[in-house]
This record gives sequence, structure tokens and C-alpha cells, in this order.
Amino acid sequence: MFQNMLNSLDPYTMQILVNIGIGIILALGLNIITGLTGQLSLGHAAFMSVGAFAGALLTIKTGVPFYLNILLSGLITAVVAAAIGWPILRLTGDYLAICTLGFAEIVKVVFLNLEVTNKALGLTVPTPRSDLSMPVIVLIVVVLVIAASAFIENSRFGRALKAIRDDEIAAESMGINIARYKVQSFAVSAFMAGVGGCLYAHFLGYINPSDFGFIKSIDMLSMVVLGGLGSIPGTVFGATILSAAPEFLRFMSQYRMLVYGALLVFLMVFRPNGLLGGIDFTGLVLRKLGVKPRGEIRKEGGH
Amino acid sequence: MALLKLDNTTIRFGGLVAVNAVNLEVEEGEILALIGPNGAGKSTIFNLITGIYPPTEGNISFKGKSIAGLSPHIIAGSGIGRTFQNIRLFGEQTVLDNVLIGAHTRGKWNLTGALLQYLPAVRREEGRLLELAIRCLTKVDLAHKACELACNLPYGEQRRLEIARALAIEPALILLDEPAAGMNPQEKQTLLKMVRNIRDDGVTVFLVEHDMKFVMGLSDRIAVLDYGSKIADGSPEEVRANPAVIEAYLGKGAAH
Repeated sequence: MFQNMLNSLDPYTMQILVNIGIGIILALGLNIITGLTGQLSLGHAAFMSVGAFAGALLTIKTGVPFYLNILLSGLITAVVAAAIGWPILRLTGDYLAICTLGFAEIVKVVFLNLEVTNKALGLTVPTPRSDLSMPVIVLIVVVLVIAASAFIENSRFGRALKAIRDDEIAAESMGINIARYKVQSFAVSAFMAGVGGCLYAHFLGYINPSDFGFIKSIDMLSMVVLGGLGSIPGTVFGATILSAAPEFLRFMSQYRMLVYGALLVFLMVFRPNGLLGGIDFTGLVLRKLGVKPRGEIRKEGGH
Repeated sequence: MALLKLDNTTIRFGGLVAVNAVNLEVEEGEILALIGPNGAGKSTIFNLITGIYPPTEGNISFKGKSIAGLSPHIIAGSGIGRTFQNIRLFGEQTVLDNVLIGAHTRGKWNLTGALLQYLPAVRREEGRLLELAIRCLTKVDLAHKACELACNLPYGEQRRLEIARALAIEPALILLDEPAAGMNPQEKQTLLKMVRNIRDDGVTVFLVEHDMKFVMGLSDRIAVLDYGSKIADGSPEEVRANPAVIEAYLGKGAAH
């Protein structure tokens, strides 16, 4: 039923919706390492491209079922991220950012020169074999990624990541293995980027290494920063706006980056925590439902 | 056997010998205070014990095993909790979350646990950690503030929250770095009782403190550090009467 409803949309709207969905997946992935763990990655498009090429090659060479393909692309990307993360995550701040930036350029150049990825011509990706249509698959993955992000945030694992973000020395004095958690967080983050890249490749039907350059990484980062670093609703919101914006700003496409830049400047001045950053959504929803959040009960019961 | 033993522990930063061949034993169940003038190397000793710096020379052993050169997270996991001189709370997180992070080593579910958090085993562990955290908060009388942001607490309560966070490790030894700094007399009195209770619960306490009244009233034993070397070690009365200590604090001539 739902599938029919989605399929009845006109192709243009559907394309925008799928773009938004993929944007949300990528942004939530980046949010895990940058928003939750506090490690700035300026090269996340590289992981997206690894997932995209892995997914495309899996479809072309092996023809595995599409859902398995998505999973494998994510896993391959996660392994690549863990391998690269182990040495570079010892760096912090600007140095890490520069390193991820360099890594992304290397990945791009490698894909531009590999025979198997068809060098600069890029790959044409056949339509995946699947019972479900692309928008439905993207929607399912979006829901799964949102759920996974929320689960991670509210767990022992997520608490360790947030501790690392806020104070590394205090975190390791609490027994948290910083190096291990950073690499794991990087791998999870890359897994989501890889899944997003795989979906992107199959949805567009054509990928080229140059699509995954610095601008793409910055796009992803802007989504997270616009909505609010570390906030899941914020990131979803930011990804939605910035994925849809190019369509709505099409009439002034030449000035799009200008608007983008101005938007970020205003944001940093007026809401440095992002549009939805620092808002307690669980509390808001509970209050709407007439339930008092834990904190307020304690406050009234206490002093 | 001493719970913690510093054996000829030395650290040099370039040409500066910050801690010079210190021998010190912390006995199980005691409250030991480390005092000394500013810059004597007290906090550096804490940083050596917790693995922030590896010692240049000498050894540090805890429960009979050498811990010199191990990473801070391994040392914390082996049962040493600590607080910091310049408060290092996770300010933007709730009081409860701060203590839950302290309880990190008491759990084991990781990423899988996060994704499958409705599994009974994971929920049981989370419940156990939550109970532990509330218990620790109760010990420092902060349970009623569990859901406030740590940065919104007054200074004295932030210091107590650091103690609760360190207790959540369920340590055998707790290191308190100037726990009474910036507190008013009543707060210090409350803190005194809290630290005694912590010791009575079976946690050995090793603290650095400047407030002499506080130290004299609380400690079983006091060690004195001056220019990186230990100059005295004994009961509060002995230390108070020790000429070397008086000289270190008040200068030459005052001892006579």
C-alpha cells in the first residue's frame, strides 16, 4: 500500500525525496564521529565513494541480492575506515581534519586511476534486483539509521563517545579506552556513509570519482552543523533542508553557494549550536503527552 | 602489603625534576594526605599514579603489580578512581550521565549492546549501572540533582560530583586532588564526613590538599613533599612538629 503511494508520486518529487533520504543517512553517519565523538572529519565523502563503488561493483560483478549488497558495501567501508582510523585518530582537532581531508583526496585519485572503477569515465550502475522500489528501500534504511543513532546515543557505548568528545583526559581516567572507541565510532560512521553511497550509486545509475570531492564532504558537514552537532532531530532537519535546497534554489542556481555561505555565517552568529541543537526533544514530546520528564519529578520531590 | 607503592619514582620534564625519587606507601583502608607548598609536585604524583605521565625512573605498583607505564584507562580499570584539581566534569551532560560514565568499567556491552538494547541481558546491565550511579550520587548527597546539567551545579557540588564519578569505578583506591578547594567552612565540614564514610565503605583514600585544618582533622597519615622530594611522612602530630616541614612552609629560622 505504502509502496503504491510512493510509486504514485511524480518522478521529480520522488527524486527529491530520495535525495533527502540519502542526505539524512550520510549526515547521521557523520554525526556519529563528529557530533557524538567530537572528531572533525572533512573527508567523509571518501567513505561515501568507497560504499558507492563497492556497491556498484558488487552489482556488476556478482549480482548479489540488493539488501545484502547494501550491507556488504557498508561493511567494506567500515573496514576501510577502521584501517585508516587506527593511525590517524591519534591526532586531534585541526590535524585530524587535515588528515581526513588528505585521505579523501587520495581515495578520489585512486578511484580515478583504477581500471576496475573505469578510471575517469566512471561506472554505469545497473538497476538493482529487488522486490522493493528504491524510495521504499531508502525509507527503510533511513528509519533504521535513525533508530541506530538514537540507540547508540542512549547507551554505554554512546556515553563513552560523548565523554571522549567532552574531555579526553577525564574520559580515560574513567577507564574508557579512547583509541578503541574512536576507531569503532569512525567505523560505524563510515558504515552509514558506505550504505548511503551504495544507495546513491544505485539510485543515480552512474557514479564518477569526481562526484565525491571536498565539496561533497563539506555538504555533509553543513547538514550536521546547520541542524545541530550531536542532535539527531537537528541532523535530520539539516539534511532535509540542505538536500532539498538545491531544487528550490534552482531559479538562482548560480548564486546557490552564496546563499549557502551566508546561511552558515548567520547561523554561527545567531545559533552557534545549530537550528535544533540543545533542545531536549524527548522532554518536549513527553510534556506534550502530559507526562513529566524524570528531571522535573525529581526536582519537585527533592528540595 | 601496601595497596599502592611508589618505589623511587622520578619524573623529569627536560631539565626539571618534578618528582625526585619518592618512596611512598599507601596502606589499605587508610586516609593518607599529601601536602606541600605550591609546585612541590603533588598533582604530578597523582598524574604519575593514574598513568597520565609515565615515570622517568622508578616503579609504581598497585595491589602488588607494577602499573608504571600503563595507559590511564587500564589503571582506572584496575581500581583507581580520581578527581581533578581543576574540575574536569562533562559539563554539558547531566549529573547522572557523568556518574554513569564513571561506571563505564563496571559494564561490558558495547556497540552490539547499544543496537540491541532491548535484550534482557543489556537491560539488566543498564539497570545495574543506573543503580550503582544513584548509589554513588547518594553518597555525596547529589541524588536529587541527577537530571541537572553538571555545569549548572554550584562549585562545591561540582567537586562532590567528581567524587561520585570516581566512586562509580568502584575503586579500591580513590585519589582526591584538592577536594576542599573553593569550599566554604560548612561545605568543608560536610565533605569531611563524606570522605570518612567513603573510607568506612572500604575505599582507601589518598588526597592532596592545601587546607591544613581539613587535612589534620581528616588524615590518618600525612606525607610532605617539597621541590619534588618527600621530606616527611607520619601521623598529623609528628608532621606538625617536624622541623623540616615547618621550614618548607615558613622558611628557615621559623623552626627555632
